[in-house]
Amino acid sequence: MTSIEQSLNDLGSEFAELGVKDRLTLLLEIAGELPELPARYADHPDLLERVEECQSPVFLFVEVENDRVGIFLTAPEEAPTTRGFASILHQLLNGHTVAEVLAAPEDIPDRLHLKDAVSLLRINGLRGMLNRIKRQVAEKA
Amino acid sequence: MTVPKDSNEKFSAYAHPEVLVSTEWLEANLGTPGLVIVESDEDVLLYDVSHIPGAVKIDWHTDLNQGVVRDYIQGPEFAELASRSGIKRESTVVIYGDASNWWASYALWVFKLFGHTDVRLLDGGREKWIAEGRPVTKDETVVEATEYPIIERDDVTDRAFRDQVQAHIGKPMVDVRSPQEYNGERTHMPNYPQESALRAGHIPGAQSVPWARAANEDKTFKSREELEAIYLGEKGLKVDDDVIAYCRIGERSSHTWFVLKYLLGFGKVRNYDGSWTEWGSLVGAPIVLGDEPGVFSK
Repeated sequence: MTSIEQSLNDLGSEFAELGVKDRLTLLLEIAGELPELPARYADHPDLLERVEECQSPVFLFVEVENDRVGIFLTAPEEAPTTRGFASILHQLLNGHTVAEVLAAPEDIPDRLHLKDAVSLLRINGLRGMLNRIKRQVAEKA
Repeated sequence: MTVPKDSNEKFSAYAHPEVLVSTEWLEANLGTPGLVIVESDEDVLLYDVSHIPGAVKIDWHTDLNQGVVRDYIQGPEFAELASRSGIKRESTVVIYGDASNWWASYALWVFKLFGHTDVRLLDGGREKWIAEGRPVTKDETVVEATEYPIIERDDVTDRAFRDQVQAHIGKPMVDVRSPQEYNGERTHMPNYPQESALRAGHIPGAQSVPWARAANEDKTFKSREELEAIYLGEKGLKVDDDVIAYCRIGERSSHTWFVLKYLLGFGKVRNYDGSWTEWGSLVGAPIVLGDEPGVFSK
């Protein structure tokens, strides 16, 4: 499995090589790749934690099994940027070990080169999601 | 005015009926020469998911703000933005957006700083348009660049700065944030902790009227009668008052600014765009805690 650091570098470079408009197109594509919640969570929204740092309702749940982290995130269709952020974190962190996720770089939001395309204020939602994922992983490990 | 106004009966009761259009009117006017439709959203990707056919996107964060200094773009940049958006000085511009038209109202306010005469809001915004199943597209809008003059930004008529706010204490002010932000329980709006300040509370003397009181469930504006009952009746404001509205960064207060100025016809209303993110972090700025407006003796 590619390391989180390597995946982050690759994704960051991919964004960096694009113009502002194409960065948004790529983020929208990534948003479309966010997996649907499995039925056990889709039918039990009470199990999910609300990410208060995000402007739109984002909910997440983390599972730890045999030291591997499973990440489940959901955000409404009318919040594609938030879905994009959720999908990025899912792609970077899902399936890694507890130690790897806990050691994931704190500056993921800053290394995606999205500040000009998305604005600094909006990127902070991504920070909130990352912090909450790490906290849940630490609690469940 | 390039395109005739919407003669909708609800709008005719407002002080300036020409500043609103209904979803019916806009659908009937798609493609009308002289009309430019602008989408301005909280979510920067939403326009790319779908938009009203022919609409262009103007983003408050990335298009209307300067990249470095906390301020809006200047005349040359606004002229460039208008040009690439296909807007002429005489165009009728209809703005709509998500989140109850907050960012659409904010964009309209910036258009007014540059004195664009005919700017209107779509009553109910993006949410109502979609809910009614009206046409949307993913197709990129092809824009023919226009000539737009370089206009000096007017920071006097509709905009208030911190020193003016300080001098205004004792005169009518409207705080449009949530009750918890107003009374000092929290420094930020629920779900927006990144737009925080170092202190919580409100500007002395400001009355609390959360912005949403001006809106219906379907995001449209309330009727003139209902709005008057709130701002004139309950809060005792008068249309010839000099009023300043604020929130946390000025987007929700643009919504209230629009209501007071255009729907109720207040002669002097300014939006304090520095709002709580500035006032609540300003060294030495007076603040009141609790649910009462409070007073401040200078």
